[in-house]
Amino acid sequence: MTAPLLEVEDLRVAYGKIEAVKGISFTVEAGQVVTLVGTNGAGKTTTLRTLSGLLTPLAGTIRFDGRPLTGVPAHQVVARGLAHSPEGRHIFPRLTIAENLQLGAFLRKDTDGIAQDTRRVYELFPILGERARQAAGTLSGGEQQMLAMGRALMSRPKLLMLDEPSMGLSPIMMQKIMDTIAELKASGTTILLVEQNARAALSLADRGHVMEIGRIVLSGTGAELLHDESVRKAYLGED
Amino acid sequence: MHELPQTLVSGLALGTLYGLIAIGYTMVYGIVQLINFAHGEIVMIGGFGALTIWLWLPDSVPLTAALPLMLLGGALASVAVATAAERFAYRPLRGAPRLAPLITAIGLSIALQQLVWAFYPDAKKSRSFPQFHGDAFEITGSVHLQRDDLFVLVAAPLCMLALGLFVARSRTGRAMQATAQDPDTARLMGIDTDRIIVLAFAIGGAFAAVAAVATGLRAGQINFEMGFVLGLKAFTAAVLGGIGNIYGAMLGGVVLGIAETASTTYIQHIPGMQQLGGGGWKDVWAFVLLIVVLLVRPQGLLGERVADRA
Repeated sequence: MTAPLLEVEDLRVAYGKIEAVKGISFTVEAGQVVTLVGTNGAGKTTTLRTLSGLLTPLAGTIRFDGRPLTGVPAHQVVARGLAHSPEGRHIFPRLTIAENLQLGAFLRKDTDGIAQDTRRVYELFPILGERARQAAGTLSGGEQQMLAMGRALMSRPKLLMLDEPSMGLSPIMMQKIMDTIAELKASGTTILLVEQNARAALSLADRGHVMEIGRIVLSGTGAELLHDESVRKAYLGED
Repeated sequence: MHELPQTLVSGLALGTLYGLIAIGYTMVYGIVQLINFAHGEIVMIGGFGALTIWLWLPDSVPLTAALPLMLLGGALASVAVATAAERFAYRPLRGAPRLAPLITAIGLSIALQQLVWAFYPDAKKSRSFPQFHGDAFEITGSVHLQRDDLFVLVAAPLCMLALGLFVARSRTGRAMQATAQDPDTARLMGIDTDRIIVLAFAIGGAFAAVAAVATGLRAGQINFEMGFVLGLKAFTAAVLGGIGNIYGAMLGGVVLGIAETASTTYIQHIPGMQQLGGGGWKDVWAFVLLIVVLLVRPQGLLGERVADRA
């Protein structure tokens, strides 16, 4: 049996004295879509920010692609094959769409490969290609989300981390984003997806983990969690 | 109105000098939101670096030939001090309350002045700086350009052009823009933002050295205190143009330089204000201009509204 692509063990993260993640463990196998669901403040975003090196954990280990990732500075994480599309999109507003995508491939030197991946992003999201020379700040929220995802794909990651890709979007745009994630999954992309929209996320995911105030309280396949009574009540708005 | 062309020429020379220094404030602020109040002293250090080269060269070397070496020496000194300040004074305070780096900057400014005062030979009084000999260039009958002003009028646009191309076209320049707009996300792209911050200080230092040489040429002397008023004026220029914007810094410098020159030329002709004109009042008018701009357009001439930054 091969080791999982990502192994998180007993991870603890704190902001000052407040512990936001209180010892969580999970794995992501290559080719899987794994989702972390839960309410605001559950520690999902903190987990992703720690994986990408923006936060330093108190304790615990992260192994990625067979090597330890704990303590690797943020700007070296992407070189290891882990791309992060952050919560709130965080595109570079005063750079053009094309420039944003180029920054996604900042560490790559293979000009041909970059051009090929840029075309692929424009195929995935045609609107980005039409507006390539426009400042990214002029895009709508949904289009910015597409750009943030496209930018993360530009590093050709082994693992794509998406933080709240549907946040603040219209239902149509949300559907479009979720369809794209399904498309990426079908093409074999490994994804760690953080979502408040538990129904959409669990429908897509191979595995899901429910987080509550810093802990994983429930794990299972996407389908299992979708049909779990407590999940239905707490996260899917059903009685 | 016959003084107008001359006012514009002189103001442009002074203004581009301010602009070169203002670039240093604005680049550092744009990337780490820090006002490096020791930047005036970085200029001063550049002046002494250039002077050291001049003194070291044999007397037979003409100023024109010495100038490139002086610029290099000045830039080496300024860049070394600016990047050391970043590494040892400001970097440990990243994430500290905003007052801490500000106070550090003021302390550093005093320390650098006193170090030069104490250790540079004969720096307890002004030291003379070489100047070009000969008459001013006659542009038209009544408009003259001082020989020593020609340097900054050539150097400043060249520096600006090089910086503009670098920021807009190069890979590192794009990384710089990304870091200024969203540092955490820039790191997610693989950009080593610490390196970008050092680079911002280094570019500011190099431009400061060019400004220092220009100042030395204009005044014929430099001293350990020269950075204070220059720094304050250039900071004004950076705010005037919209802090964080490199073209704004140069524009702010030019507007300030022309306004200052015009105030010494014209205000004394306004009835009832005779005693408010003349050279002694120019600093007052420069800061009056700043206050007016801040009241009318707080983001500066080319600044973005703060909401855009969020």
